[in-house]
Amino acid sequence: MSLLDYGLRSAPTGIRKVLFINWPLVVLLSAVACVGFLMLYSVAGGRMEVWAEPQMKRFGAGMAGMFIIAMVPIWLWRNLSALAYGFALVLLIAVDLFGDVGMGAQRWLELGPLRLQPSEVMKIALVMALAAYYDWLDIRRTSQLLWVAIPAVLILVPTALVLSQPDLGTALMLVMGGGLVMFAAGVSLWYFGTLAAVGIATVAAVLQSRGTSWQLLRDYQFRRIDVFLDPASDPLGAGYNITQAQIALGSGGWAGRGFMQGTQSRLNFLPEKHTDFIFTTLAEEFGFVGGISLLALYALVLAFCIHSALSNKDRYAALLTLGIGATFFLYFAVNMGMVMGLLPVVGVPLPLVSYGGTAMMILLMAFGLVQSAHVHRPR
Amino acid sequence: MRRSPRDSAESARKIGRRGLLLGTLQVGAVAVLALRMRSMQLAHADEYRLLSEGNSIKIRLLPPARGLIHDRNGYLLAGNESNYRVTITREDAGDVAAVLNRLRRLIALSDAEAESILSEIRRRSPITPFTIAERISWEEFSRIAVNAPALPGVTPEVGLSRFYPRGGDFAHVLGYVGPVSDFDLGRIEDPDPLLRIPRFQIGKVGIEAKMEQALRGRAGSRRVEVNSAGREMRELSRQEGDPGDALQLTIDYRLQNYVQARLGEESASAVIIDVTNGDIMAIASAPTFDPNLFVRGISSAAYRGLNENDHRPLADKTVQGLYPPGSTYKMVTALAAMEAGVIGPKETIRCPGFVEVGGRKFHCWRPAGHGNVNLQQSLEQSCDVFYYEVSQRVGIDKISDMARRLGLGQRHDLPMSAVAEGLAPTQAWKKRRYGRDWVIGDTLNSAIGQGFVLASPLHLAVMTARIASGRAVEPRLVRSSNGVEIPAPPAPVLEIDPVYLAAVRAGMDAVVNAPRGTANGSRIVAAEMRMAGKTGTSQVRNISAAEREGGVTANDDLPWRQRDHALFVAFAPSEAPKYAVALVVEHGGGGSAVAAPLARDMLLFALYGKLPPLSAYPESQRTRIQNQRDQMILVDPDEAPPPTSTRA
Repeated sequence: MSLLDYGLRSAPTGIRKVLFINWPLVVLLSAVACVGFLMLYSVAGGRMEVWAEPQMKRFGAGMAGMFIIAMVPIWLWRNLSALAYGFALVLLIAVDLFGDVGMGAQRWLELGPLRLQPSEVMKIALVMALAAYYDWLDIRRTSQLLWVAIPAVLILVPTALVLSQPDLGTALMLVMGGGLVMFAAGVSLWYFGTLAAVGIATVAAVLQSRGTSWQLLRDYQFRRIDVFLDPASDPLGAGYNITQAQIALGSGGWAGRGFMQGTQSRLNFLPEKHTDFIFTTLAEEFGFVGGISLLALYALVLAFCIHSALSNKDRYAALLTLGIGATFFLYFAVNMGMVMGLLPVVGVPLPLVSYGGTAMMILLMAFGLVQSAHVHRPR
Repeated sequence: MRRSPRDSAESARKIGRRGLLLGTLQVGAVAVLALRMRSMQLAHADEYRLLSEGNSIKIRLLPPARGLIHDRNGYLLAGNESNYRVTITREDAGDVAAVLNRLRRLIALSDAEAESILSEIRRRSPITPFTIAERISWEEFSRIAVNAPALPGVTPEVGLSRFYPRGGDFAHVLGYVGPVSDFDLGRIEDPDPLLRIPRFQIGKVGIEAKMEQALRGRAGSRRVEVNSAGREMRELSRQEGDPGDALQLTIDYRLQNYVQARLGEESASAVIIDVTNGDIMAIASAPTFDPNLFVRGISSAAYRGLNENDHRPLADKTVQGLYPPGSTYKMVTALAAMEAGVIGPKETIRCPGFVEVGGRKFHCWRPAGHGNVNLQQSLEQSCDVFYYEVSQRVGIDKISDMARRLGLGQRHDLPMSAVAEGLAPTQAWKKRRYGRDWVIGDTLNSAIGQGFVLASPLHLAVMTARIASGRAVEPRLVRSSNGVEIPAPPAPVLEIDPVYLAAVRAGMDAVVNAPRGTANGSRIVAAEMRMAGKTGTSQVRNISAAEREGGVTANDDLPWRQRDHALFVAFAPSEAPKYAVALVVEHGGGGSAVAAPLARDMLLFALYGKLPPLSAYPESQRTRIQNQRDQMILVDPDEAPPPTSTRA
């Protein structure tokens, strides 16, 4: 799409753009973040300064970033997509070389005062690059093998880098996030079918490789698979986290045990209660009502993204919005599925709720792109 | 690059279709999550709630206060004292060595102790409190409490610990408590969960052990919320337990103290019984030991000292010590003979100094013999030949039957450890035990309380009480429980002709009060307190014929272990008996010289309830008695009366 198609004369300019921002989405995101603040306050035992306050500051910064990004025309972002991807790739390589080791994996990069998780940046950069690629690509070539191979490489290179950290969760998120963008772009369903078949075969191979010389996963990853399949097999060891998380969740009941009354979290039975497992505290203290409300908020965010994408005639903007929405969806669906015992335990935070600087800021900036696409949609 | 509008439109349509598909997919996933949430939080909430509570709510036992034990007048014999101790929890302490070093500036801990504590802590669970020191002073306790911020993981605690304010006086009868051992747990089929509390104390011997169930009480409980590390966060509810029953013994602590002091360091024991109801007024074994040492954890050196002492301070000789009763058994033989009609109360038998039975010579203790003696004289002078003679006429089975009716040869039901049964032998018993027939010599030996006959001081005290009262009194030790009197069933009248009993009592009176009586030196001159008794000297070695020819070696020239046991049984007042006493001094020598004076002093103290006036003693002995008293250390006779309540 060229600039001419955007109907620039009718498009909002200057400060008037603010009026065209998707405000309901802003409200929804803020609501989700507020749930996060509340829970961070609760798991810190009623103290703001531990987690809630820094999280609020980052949310403020992220919101500011979102608005700035939203004000920048979407075509500028489209032209920067390849650059963003390249930048993220360099960061990923850098983290492999100089990164900090935390929790048995090399994920963090110190850039002056900034502590960055390049894989988080890559999730968004990959969506941008793929959207730009399909915007550029002749639509008739979408399903041709060569033109499918290129985005596949774009996905697999960062995936391989993330996998070597090793961070299986994020690697899967990249593959699934990228795959969903390709799906939205209209790549033939045959490819996905084939991929699914290969995937199943790979899983079989991985399980077969256990205990052999060509073992494909680390021992701790195999143990996680075991524990996922049967958490009760090791309730005090590897299955401890998931067992305790499910107890917390289930014991919440209909209305929960009350704000700051959750024994599982307050008495430290819950692991990682301020990060990956924060949903269990919410479900314990506010019960089904609280859990389903947060899920509804997330679903509404998704709905707004999809609506915005479908009503946008700009292919790049539509794909970007769908892709970011899908990434957001993957975050919360995988996190919730994990704490509910539907998915294996992989380190995926609950978006906008879990304590964590980069994840939240980058997600808000991604929504800045969604807003930019919304504001600058062709009319 | 330009694209045709058609391209653009088709691409938008395609994105629209795929976008909707994607949205449907996502809605489906959200629905799955919602359904899962519903299943867990609505359908199975109760199960998870139960698991959650099992996680966080723990029941902790509250050890009950052990029942107090008082004497018959309400003076405390066994109580509970606050025990200040300091514990450390490794998890909270962090650097245990550093914390311990800081603690050592507050309480005294030697380098060796600190070293062993450190290595011990490292082996224990990090969340279980480990006791660093017990029985620290209040000053140390408060110093630790004040410095708590500098001592992470260190907790000063206060618990209850058994305390015996009367020390050694009641060591044998009360016994002592100690921490539950694996051996203790192994013996009990379904142990009270209380026993698993660290440092919980149970009775190990004596009344403490025998009345454990009553004294222990019932545990209370606390429901507490714990965190994942097991640390208590708060108390949810508390149910106090019931303290153990407060027991009141029949013993008079002043008399017990006096008896113990009079026995001193001799290997001896004495039992004083109220003949009217069987109440044990004093029951003391010497030498004694401090039971508090055992409660606090006795050092191995001190324990070895007690264990290797040839006077056996740890043994309770009053009920566990079995001795040949010697001449104190003659009343049994006399009563059996009179009842069998083989001798009348006034009938005489000639004592030439020995009898010859079955080719063997049986000697009287007096080689020259006693001439013609009747029953009263036989007791008064303790003539052996008289009993050799009558025993042949009556036979052993009747003598032993009489012994059992008088309380010998049976286990009396007292809450004390290892109460011995004693032995009143019969022909059938010997056949069963040794596979050999009873011979006449056995009868002769038994008639004077030697040979197979065995009795403990308790047996002899019961025997004396029964002879004195004419009733089958049973000894008892516990007077009331929780302030409720335990009624003593009235003792049935003995089925023995009162005439015979009177004859025996007259003989015992003569032993003490007749000028030729063997215990005349130990008479009581106060008329209303007249004592009647019987001396006994039981041999612990055989005297060979050769030795007898050359003259029996005097006791003082023998090694301690081979000397005779000195025995004495007595009751007073002679006319209206109130108390009976039985006393054995192991290897003490003669009953009249060693045992009788002690027994007299004890009876007098029991009768007067305090040190008797010197006028109760024969005039010639008063100076000596006074000197003796001046050297004794007794409990303060003016001690304040106990609080009226027996529960504290």
